[in-house]
Amino acid sequence: MTQFSKDLSVFREEIRDWLEANCPEEMRDGAITERTICWGGKNWNFTSDAQKTWLDRASAAGLTVPKWPTAYGGAGLSRDQEKILQDEMGRINARPPLQSFGIWMLGPALLQFGTEEQKLEYLPPIARGEVRWCQGYSEPGAGSDLANVQSKGEDKGDHWLINGQKIWTSYADKADWIFALIRTDREAPKHKGISFILINMENEGVTTRPIQLISGSSPFCETFFDDVKTPIGNVVGEVNRGWDVAKYLLTHEREMISAGGAGLSGGGRAFGAILNDEVGGLSDPILHADAMRAEVDALSIGLTIERYKDMAESGQGVGDASAMLKYMGTELNKTRHELVMAAGGSDALEWEDGRAPHWLRTKANSIEGGTSEVMLSILSKRVLGLPG
Amino acid sequence: MAKLVRTEEEVMLADAARGFLDGAAPVSHLRGLRDAGKTHDPALWKDMSDMGWAGIMVPESAGGADMGAAAACVLAEELGKTLVSSPFISTAVIAATALKQVADDRANAALAKIASGEMIYALAVDETNKFAPEASEMQAKKVGNGFRLNGTKGFVVDGGLADRLLVLANTGDGLTLFDLPTDRTGIKRDTTAMIDSRDAARVTFTDVDATGDDVLGTVDDAMSVLKPALQAGQAALAAEMAGAAAGAFGMTVEYLKERKQFGVEIGRFQALQHRAAHLWSETEVTASAIMNAGRQLDENPDEAELAVSLAKARATATVQLAVQEGVQMHGGIGMTDAFDMGFYMKRARVTAEWLGDYGYHARKVAHLRGF
Repeated sequence: MTQFSKDLSVFREEIRDWLEANCPEEMRDGAITERTICWGGKNWNFTSDAQKTWLDRASAAGLTVPKWPTAYGGAGLSRDQEKILQDEMGRINARPPLQSFGIWMLGPALLQFGTEEQKLEYLPPIARGEVRWCQGYSEPGAGSDLANVQSKGEDKGDHWLINGQKIWTSYADKADWIFALIRTDREAPKHKGISFILINMENEGVTTRPIQLISGSSPFCETFFDDVKTPIGNVVGEVNRGWDVAKYLLTHEREMISAGGAGLSGGGRAFGAILNDEVGGLSDPILHADAMRAEVDALSIGLTIERYKDMAESGQGVGDASAMLKYMGTELNKTRHELVMAAGGSDALEWEDGRAPHWLRTKANSIEGGTSEVMLSILSKRVLGLPG
Repeated sequence: MAKLVRTEEEVMLADAARGFLDGAAPVSHLRGLRDAGKTHDPALWKDMSDMGWAGIMVPESAGGADMGAAAACVLAEELGKTLVSSPFISTAVIAATALKQVADDRANAALAKIASGEMIYALAVDETNKFAPEASEMQAKKVGNGFRLNGTKGFVVDGGLADRLLVLANTGDGLTLFDLPTDRTGIKRDTTAMIDSRDAARVTFTDVDATGDDVLGTVDDAMSVLKPALQAGQAALAAEMAGAAAGAFGMTVEYLKERKQFGVEIGRFQALQHRAAHLWSETEVTASAIMNAGRQLDENPDEAELAVSLAKARATATVQLAVQEGVQMHGGIGMTDAFDMGFYMKRARVTAEWLGDYGYHARKVAHLRGF
């Protein structure tokens, strides 16, 4: 375990030296596309030796999950230190060594609600990129009305017996484990009878089927549970209180999706400049004006993400207002990809060109993790206090 | 950089300002001035000066509080919430920042008079219907040891009540900033009745003589003094606009909770809930841009241009949305003069133009971002 200084200026030197010594040249191209991302997991095929080296070195230093405590595979960094790490990685265009739902979602849930035993069992393999998780929330009858999940878990003493169907389970076909919302009390009001349960995808009775999207790719799956058994202790938080965990995680997910557009969380290249370079000039004044508007909004939303993080850091809860980031960030991302397509003209219409799949994929941004309309309803009721 | 969260000092400043303004200058104060055919309340400005607001950016050595741009933005936002009519931005922010760049004996004396509330300044830059300081054509011909100014400046905010003017003029090899008393021979001020019921003037200069002492900063180099002053003014104006947006939005949300149609509060209707939630989202995003502009001006002033233009562009879009939605969601009553929303709408339109409109600042952002 690398020990980093708490002194910020010393830390900056240390992290700069560490990156210089440890981040392979090939990993310094700033690429964050679907093809270059490192998701990890038992079945992960590294796209290059450098990708594996980078993951191994970063995880050994705790830097795949920099803010997690060192006991669980992190580096125990403060938010200020994390900012410096991001700065310095940005400076050399370093790829993120590992990205996963384990890091973004299950990790934060376990850190908040898990037992010490669960944290020690599940967090380090996530940090090392050894276990890949997927999320089992939505069902055919539970989309925007997520609390209507019907997949059921029966208490069989030493295990839960699980039956049901999940949909939109991201990369379930590639995942090792799933964290799922399962109805464990059918008599209770719908929010009060759900548990947050961890299930090994290798268990008998778990099957997945990819769903082909309009973008041509299949990032989402249907996942079926037929008499699946999982140990009775595999519940995060209290039994029947899984909705609390789910809500907490949705907040995280919203922040993540809102920051998803390239460059939104600061520093990145101007989207307008990218457009300009790709098509040899934003000569159409209307397109140019739209690009300027999008730039003004992107920078301001990026600053809002920073401001909300600063608020959280100084103990001012952001809470339901995070729905705003999700709403504004995803709508902006859709706008930006409309601009990409407009700037690309007929060139962008060919599948080979590669712009169209990204454009099509963004259409899900304002649906997944809660639709824009659900976000607006959350804001109007819980932030503005409007009735109904 | 300091965090994008208000400091304790800033929170206290905002609370104190709100406490005073709710009593001394609610929107009805502006209405009262308008109905009396006035644009300015000297007693109010005196009270504000006594509380240290006129000197908020003035150095302590000249009797000010020297709190910086972020603090000025905090005050401006509170002023905006109830549309307080005062020369705060033109005098306490723009002129004070310009004078601070020079900081010679004469400038320090002027700063002291700003802080005490004795002296009001206005900025005379615009020559066409759009803000374009770099394109100023008004001539200040070099005559002997001095200058002779001829030309006209429009949209001189607070120009009717000002004691002094900061005048941007072309001196042949560049632009020069003059600091002139409004009673100088040859200066004629025509106050213009503005839609927002605030003071503004068209100022005509006919063979106005100026000396080297009247130049603020260096001849042919106005921008080294004017640019920081404009940036501070633009950031504070953006904050005032955010305050106005918050004022209009607050009225609107209250109305949604009270007004009943079809037997229920109209705030129960999803069509209106979503419009209100969208508007709130826009105000939150704009608040971040404004806070960032204040922090940049205080900590990294040479690099603040992008942050300032971002704030003014966002504030312009947001306040205009806020007043339009405000009228629409109020329905017919929003169109009546008896109701305050109209005051917000008119002020929003004026602030949208002053010191650069959306296009001016969005173009700056695009340029600074490389396209």
